[in-house]
Amino acid sequence: MTHGSTHAHEAHRTSMGVDSRKMAFWAFIGSECLLFGSLIATYLVYKGRSLVGPYPHEILNIPFTSFSTFDLLMSSLAMVLALAAVQRGDMKRGKLWLLITALLGLVFLGGQFWEFSHFVHEGLGLTTNLFGSTFYVLTGTHGAHVTVGVIWLLTLWIQALRGKLGPGNALTVEITGLYWHFVDVVWIVIFTVVYLIQ
Amino acid sequence: MRLVLALLLLFLTACSGQFPQSVFAPRSDFSTELAGLFTNIFWWAVAVFVFVEMLLLIAIARFRARPGAAHPKPVHGHTALEIGWTLAPALILVFIAVPTMRAIFATSGHAPEGALRVEVIGHQWWWEYRYPTLNISAYNELHLPVRTAIQVDMTSADVIHSFWVPRLGGKRDLIQGRTNRIAFRADSTGEYWGQCAEFCGASHANMRLRVFVESDSAFQRWVDQQRAAPATPAKGSPAEAGERVFRRSACIGCHTIAGVAQGKVGPDLSHVGGRATIAGALFPNTTETLHRWILNAPSLKPGASMPPQNVSPQDLDALVAYLQSLK
Amino acid sequence: MKRWLTTTDHKRIGLLYFWTAFGFFLIGGLEALIIRAQLVRPDGGLGVSAETFNQLFTMHGTTMVFLALMPLSAAFFNFIIPLQIGARDVAFPRLNAFSYWVFLLGGLFLNASFIAGPLFGADRLSVAPDAGWFGYANLTSRQFSPGPNVDFWLLGLQILGIASLAAGFNFVVTILNMRAPGMRMLRLPVFTWMTLVTQFLVITAFPVITVALVLLMFDRFFGTHFFLPSGGGDPILWQHLFWMFGHPEVYILILPAMGIVSEVLPTFSKKPLFGYTVVVYSGVVIAFLGWSVWSHHMFSTGLGPIADSVFAGTTMLIAIPTGVKIFNWIATLWGGQIRFTTSLLFAVGFIAMFIIGGLSGVTHASAPSDLQQTDTYYVVAHIHYVLFGGTILGLFAGIYYWWPKMTGRLLSESLGKVHFWLTLIGMNLAFFPMHFSGLLGMPRRIYTYSADLGVARFNQLSTVGAFLIGIATLIFFWNLLRTRWRPANAPANPWDGATLEWAIPSPPPVYNFTVIPTVTSRLPLWQTERHPPMTPLPDRPPAPIHVPGGSWWPMITAFGLPIIAIGALAHLIPIVLAGAGVVIVGIYRWAYEPFEM
Repeated sequence: MTHGSTHAHEAHRTSMGVDSRKMAFWAFIGSECLLFGSLIATYLVYKGRSLVGPYPHEILNIPFTSFSTFDLLMSSLAMVLALAAVQRGDMKRGKLWLLITALLGLVFLGGQFWEFSHFVHEGLGLTTNLFGSTFYVLTGTHGAHVTVGVIWLLTLWIQALRGKLGPGNALTVEITGLYWHFVDVVWIVIFTVVYLIQ
Repeated sequence: MRLVLALLLLFLTACSGQFPQSVFAPRSDFSTELAGLFTNIFWWAVAVFVFVEMLLLIAIARFRARPGAAHPKPVHGHTALEIGWTLAPALILVFIAVPTMRAIFATSGHAPEGALRVEVIGHQWWWEYRYPTLNISAYNELHLPVRTAIQVDMTSADVIHSFWVPRLGGKRDLIQGRTNRIAFRADSTGEYWGQCAEFCGASHANMRLRVFVESDSAFQRWVDQQRAAPATPAKGSPAEAGERVFRRSACIGCHTIAGVAQGKVGPDLSHVGGRATIAGALFPNTTETLHRWILNAPSLKPGASMPPQNVSPQDLDALVAYLQSLK
Repeated sequence: MKRWLTTTDHKRIGLLYFWTAFGFFLIGGLEALIIRAQLVRPDGGLGVSAETFNQLFTMHGTTMVFLALMPLSAAFFNFIIPLQIGARDVAFPRLNAFSYWVFLLGGLFLNASFIAGPLFGADRLSVAPDAGWFGYANLTSRQFSPGPNVDFWLLGLQILGIASLAAGFNFVVTILNMRAPGMRMLRLPVFTWMTLVTQFLVITAFPVITVALVLLMFDRFFGTHFFLPSGGGDPILWQHLFWMFGHPEVYILILPAMGIVSEVLPTFSKKPLFGYTVVVYSGVVIAFLGWSVWSHHMFSTGLGPIADSVFAGTTMLIAIPTGVKIFNWIATLWGGQIRFTTSLLFAVGFIAMFIIGGLSGVTHASAPSDLQQTDTYYVVAHIHYVLFGGTILGLFAGIYYWWPKMTGRLLSESLGKVHFWLTLIGMNLAFFPMHFSGLLGMPRRIYTYSADLGVARFNQLSTVGAFLIGIATLIFFWNLLRTRWRPANAPANPWDGATLEWAIPSPPPVYNFTVIPTVTSRLPLWQTERHPPMTPLPDRPPAPIHVPGGSWWPMITAFGLPIIAIGALAHLIPIVLAGAGVVIVGIYRWAYEPFEM
């Protein structure tokens, strides 16, 4: 099939002036808000209703998690820098910041892994009590989102290494960034609800 | 069609005897309140129905296409009309909402001081009733004094059930870990039927109940009977042989008969002979149904946890005689 | 064959949706007929066992909601929406194909439970879902439902949720972003508008049931106590989560049908829709209110008088925008030149029946009154007036209306009229007596009832009605089938419709529009006071039009999901991982496949 010029012209015209992929991603984020909203609501409904310990105040390590939170915030900053670099065509910095974003994500996941194993060691399993169940399912769902984000970032980084990512793909990086920032914001909410307001 | 409905409604109200679970024959303050509210809304609904369906019928009858007719005028809307048919339903809803709110608070389950308290506990698929102030229990058949305020506290031992005796009141769910309440005062004596209204597994359809509303003296007689120790069978009677069968069979693992066995899985049988029905008000309490029930309960009530019993015909006769003696 | 398996053409996907959903509709209908046959007699009926009956009504509800009505609407979203907005395809054609395959596989997975018994060492007809389409906790716990029945249900619904969500994102973007020049939001056909509202409900409501299903899965597979009182959990939380999804779901089912009726009535009365903006905005209001009423399904759970009052109030409010729509439809007919085609008959039938469903709805919006109605056949009557009298009659109106556009062949009008009258009589015979069965004390979901209740006669009427509907549906099926071996006879605009889909041939060419039209009015093909009809499009495209080729990856990716579900069902982690592997590989190949958009 030939690539008619008619088509090429039409494909880039959208009614709202926003790229369709970006708009779809915003819709996806809206949907994700309801997903995390339901999980957080479940956590709140069951707050203080565990029949046996360990209870949140006995086990949550706020200084440690504050560090994880800071780490994730920094990764968002790195993401912003990565996007800016890709947009102006500075692929050297773009690659670097993408890698840093992914590594900061990995640090967060490592922290979560440590936290989970520490909790299990302290006697809080998934089925120990309602706190354990709601805590692991909520933070675990978030961790799964971070994992997907890290894989996505590393995929982009490998693409960039192979020279297949340039300013022409800035939109892809932008969407990745949207996802990453969203996951970050969700963490701020979880951190506040689970760790800070006890 | 609604006219037919209205006539039927009157007809149904008139002969409630044939419909033991009809909501149109209320016999308590609670169910009377609900029936009144429904009737109120029903007539509003009839009025709206007639009006709107008439409009629709007139529209399609009057404006059918005729050959050669001019193109219809392209009307895009009419602001006054739009406002009108937004406000009119809103106004009708006010007339429905006000009595609704009133009824919500009137039926919120608060019985007056001194009401007789009954606890209902749902089991798959039978009912347990406790009278904490009278220190007695009953199973599937609830006995209540007439013209006395009753407060019913409900919970479940397993899945969610719903306690529903239409002529005495609306349904309320029985939920493990929660206590729900209704309150009512039955206004005439009689036998009222009900059944579980929340899907609760294989034998949901077979989880039925009866309520016997009795005069104060009849109720007191029943209470005294429940308080008494179960009848001891006469020496040499078939019932005495039946008691021996009961003691050495699997029955004792699940059923209680005061002084004989303390099983807690199934209903207490201390006074089973005095009940009108068996198996969750599913069958009349007769020699024949007891036979069939003991031999193979799951075939009569799917999922029932009482396994088929392997008893000889003589033992079965004796066992049934014993159970019937436990008035 | 390959062209259908790899297709990304919205029109083909629309037809795939149609035939698949229609197949599931027949299966769900067959389940209903067995249910009705069993209930024709009291005290044991025709001998259907309690266990079988519970599977039948669970699968009837689940099938009709998730496998028949939603995807029948989706068939129209797919086929018609791009045409109505003047687009060449949806925004994401491969995602669209993915949605279809996930839907098909999820539906097959759910229905496989009917024959999967032997794999679990049980009889056939013993492991299908049996806890109701609402799956109330704690009956769904491992303790009270030890078999794989509920696992089939919760895994199948999660798969179907993915299909709906993917389609939701796709259509939100398609409608907002792929409109032809001049197609402003308030020029969109009402069907497109109602689809947009529906998709917003989908992408907000489905995450909630996904969470509920995931929590239930944790309870059943990993031993948590989210819904189990024994560990401090609360079965009522399930009801809140389920109905927070479930009530918007009702509007997901009805709004597309309302959209269809809003297209059919103007066309056949030769008048523009009365109060277009009011009809559109009332749809939006219904959707918003639809989010604030979920607890009216839970009046008998003892929410307390304050909550009961609030939810009774919000529920009654919904009657207002719904009533507004009905008045506007009648006003559209008023003063028109009504042509009594089958499509119009179904649309009018929709209004007439939906009024009954709406009014009985008001009787249980009133919380105390509902205490005598909830969980009885009265509510069964209500939902069938809304979902059969409403949604299905609306969908039938749409099928008769758009079939010529979709296939190039007109359906037989005489068979259509037989279909209509039999359906209308059948449904009233089936569902009207249920009001009485319920008020006379017959609960729902019972496989048998006592002859002493006095409801046997009403049940017999219902059964006769159900079989009439069955006959009508077979006549309809024949009507559809016979068009397959008939020559194409449909002109581009057989009904003199006003919207863009009628500006192109029936069936449309693969690229839809030879030239993307520029829209200047709400009724582009009609002469209005201010606008002449659109100039006809050229017969041939001025330049060759590129159409994206097919792709295998949507289907392959979709296959990973039932593999994961089968692994979970069998408790075999390697199979779960294999399925996840298929999904991951599929997504990567998809992402890096050269696919011109």
